[in-house]
Amino acid sequence: MSAELVPTIGLEIHVQLLTRTKMFCGCELEFGAEPNVHTCPVCLGHPGTLPVPNEQAIESAIRIAVALGCEVAPRSGFHRKNYFYPDLPKGYQISQFDVPLATAGRLGGVRIHRVHLEEDAAKLSHVGETGRIHGSGASLVDFNRGGTPLVEIVTEPDIDDPAAAREWLALLRTTLRQLGVSDVNMEEGSLRCDANVSIRPAASPELGVKTELKNMNSFRYLERGVEAEIARQREIVESGGAVEQETLHFDPAGGTLTPLRSKEYAHDYRYFPEPDLAPVAPSAAAVDAARASLPELPEQRRDRYEADLGLKPEVARRLAFDASLAAFFEEAVTAGSASAPAALANWITGDLVALARERGLEPAATAATPAAVAALVGLLAAGEVNRGGAREVLEVLVRDGGEPAAIVDRLDLGAGDPDELAAIVKRAIEEDADAAAKVRAGEGKAIGALVGAVMRETRGKADGGEVTRLIREQLDL
Amino acid sequence: MSDPRQLTVAEALGEIGDGSLSADEWFDAYAEAPDELGAYLWRAKGAGAVPTGGEHGPLAGTPVAIKDIFCIEDVPTTAGSRILEGYAPPYTATAVERLLAAGARLLGKTNMDEFAMGSSNENSAFGDVRNPWDRGRVPGGSSGGSAAAVAGGLAPCSIGTDTGGSIRQPAALCGVVGMKPTYGSISRSGMIAFASSLDQCGPLTRDVRDAALLLGALGGGDERDTTSIGFPEPIAIPGREDLEGLRVGVPSELGLEAEGIEAGVRDVFERAVALCERLGADVAETSLPNARHGISAYYVLAPAEASANLARYDGVRFGMRVEAESLDEMYELTRSAGFGPEVKRRIMLGTYALSSGFYEAYYGSAQRVRTLIAGDFAAAFGDFDLLVTPTSPTVAFELGARAADPLAMYMSDYCTVPMSLAGLPAISIPAGLAPPDGGGPELPVGLQITGPAFSESLILDAAHAIEGAVGFDHRPKLAEGRR
Ligand SMILES: [Zn+2]
Repeated sequence: MSAELVPTIGLEIHVQLLTRTKMFCGCELEFGAEPNVHTCPVCLGHPGTLPVPNEQAIESAIRIAVALGCEVAPRSGFHRKNYFYPDLPKGYQISQFDVPLATAGRLGGVRIHRVHLEEDAAKLSHVGETGRIHGSGASLVDFNRGGTPLVEIVTEPDIDDPAAAREWLALLRTTLRQLGVSDVNMEEGSLRCDANVSIRPAASPELGVKTELKNMNSFRYLERGVEAEIARQREIVESGGAVEQETLHFDPAGGTLTPLRSKEYAHDYRYFPEPDLAPVAPSAAAVDAARASLPELPEQRRDRYEADLGLKPEVARRLAFDASLAAFFEEAVTAGSASAPAALANWITGDLVALARERGLEPAATAATPAAVAALVGLLAAGEVNRGGAREVLEVLVRDGGEPAAIVDRLDLGAGDPDELAAIVKRAIEEDADAAAKVRAGEGKAIGALVGAVMRETRGKADGGEVTRLIREQLDL
Repeated sequence: MSDPRQLTVAEALGEIGDGSLSADEWFDAYAEAPDELGAYLWRAKGAGAVPTGGEHGPLAGTPVAIKDIFCIEDVPTTAGSRILEGYAPPYTATAVERLLAAGARLLGKTNMDEFAMGSSNENSAFGDVRNPWDRGRVPGGSSGGSAAAVAGGLAPCSIGTDTGGSIRQPAALCGVVGMKPTYGSISRSGMIAFASSLDQCGPLTRDVRDAALLLGALGGGDERDTTSIGFPEPIAIPGREDLEGLRVGVPSELGLEAEGIEAGVRDVFERAVALCERLGADVAETSLPNARHGISAYYVLAPAEASANLARYDGVRFGMRVEAESLDEMYELTRSAGFGPEVKRRIMLGTYALSSGFYEAYYGSAQRVRTLIAGDFAAAFGDFDLLVTPTSPTVAFELGARAADPLAMYMSDYCTVPMSLAGLPAISIPAGLAPPDGGGPELPVGLQITGPAFSESLILDAAHAIEGAVGFDHRPKLAEGRR
């Protein structure tokens, strides 16, 4: 009876722009300042104050829009979104509604529904057990954050599993970081993500009832939250129930989802055009200029790595979608003329990332320089160190830095003289005539004994492939 | 020396110039006069307590009364509402800064209908204002305190705000000049918002020349208000004595056919129209077919904007707060106690008009009517340079007469709302006296003159010519003595 159920995920992302001042007043933006030091009559909503739009914020938003391949509206308007909350000093948020700044874009195979500009709310902290406003003894408002320029990006429901949602968000973060428009830091709240989740039978063209997930303030929580919600919906549907449309709050501690009280989200926002502001009407030339000034973005970089450097798609993606890793890689490629980019890419995305992660670091933050990694991969390619030795050298590089050739010498990891190796192989064949005979007779596995003997003799420094080649050569195979 | 309280600003500046009056004498004559009209909510103590304003600005030393809707740093500012009782803004409105920069001196803050919502000043949380012509009657509103102060010898000039008639109608009812300039000509920064797309600052004065003097000082673009662009040309001091070559239209819907127009108002208006012809104008009847829907559209749009503009009075950051157990309860108790009935009525109206499912039927339709009315004016200004109408269908009514009937009160702005919806400049000047329907004392009647956007200089010129021909020299009896 149970047809296969497939999830559908859409994301709604808020990005704080890295402008000098707030969206509608001249107050400075500074994360982590003393509460309520960056405020003025405008961002405190004093009577008679009027919003003055931040040109830099509008430019940044247009930059984001064109980077996401959107069409920028020739004329979009601001609206007032009305609701009462202590973090909203005017009792309405200035946002965009029926005509957003931009629509119809695409990033990493996911369609972008819209991109619009708005102002952030102030920061509320609730004193009490729950950390939420109901049941708290007191609430404190810090208006420093209030009025920060915010870009909202809404995707179409094009994502089909939680890991893909996480990966896509990482791609978006890299793209935005590359644009230099935001800190895109989820812990500090400059990048925030809500998810719309629904499930439906695989054969059904119609989407199921969706729920909205909030408060997933890390990449891991996004994945876990969406996973938990899919599981919850699956259970409801499989036991014959119906999913209800609601907004759910993700609790990272327990990994659980709890419905928000209806009062916390059920609003008729009574949108209407903001009479205090003129429409946003960028000229076609300004939009073209924004498009022309875009840096190379992750997807273009991935394509270039595949086409020009011959990297495998997965490796190209891993490098290209991580701006700092990509920069490390490109520097290594430039430094190491002798090493093939593909080998470098494998070492960087493989061993280097793993070793750096053991120390809780990004590769760029370790003692290993791109040039040193390139040099090491060059030694390996020249057969001057084997894979195991190279990994040992890399460990040293990550920990202490240094020059790979010198480390190879110091740790005596050199693969040694080829003639010497041939002599060792010859000796091994003579000493284990039995194994040699088996290999000759076509018993392939027997070669392991001979290789093992050579490796023991060379204390593991010889290159395994080279040893195998020499054994077969000397046995005339 | 003549009584300084009878002088226009230009006359007093002349006397100061020739040494027959000192700026401090001028100031103190007003500062010391007893306010028996309830015109002020806050008054300066006297010339000694106020900066002199210098000697060189166009308004050097001019005492000015400011409607309490304008924020002035550290000066109590309530907009006539209990919810802002005790509030002293942290900044000063641009319009006030410009007056002070021109040399004006702050005489006081004038009483007004709460948040500028009303046409009689009876909606002030701090008491009624009396009409100096008959203290049993209203001064009009919402800039009732400003109009009464200028008419009643308590200020030589004032600034108010006009959203649907709030300068022009009280000016008419008090027998003074009041002008609402083109939307966008004067900064709204620091002017407490009622309906942002309609609110506009303007002067209330004793004659047309003074109105031009203040308007010139007030106008200008402001980086704090991106909807303000100032006047394209400086405001000229009007000197015209005739209307030769001007085509003057009389829109029937807002003229003799205006809803609820009193017989006395009709007579004065007809005489004024005849006067325009005698002054050389080419006068003809015209039509603004959609103007009759102005009040309906206005009472959707203005409350809709107001419902959002007044959301900031929530007890969280400034003004009144009624403590309560929960946030929602605090909001409810604070706003229930802080706002008066008319403000609550308009918040409810506006909230309803914007609600999901009703938006198109109300807000959407009203916006379309607004566009149609603007189109009517544009068509009329194809044929005419100026249009004239009565400012108010009636003379000043008795206190309490319309208090129980909001719709009757709303009709007070029947002739002024269409210009507001179209963003056009309009002036009201005294055109004569007339008794109310049913009998009573003779009371001032205003003539409204309107023109295309940014035609202020032309309007002022024409108003100056008509003012001279009308020769309105009636003044109410001033209260004597010192406060
Ligand atoms: Zn600010």
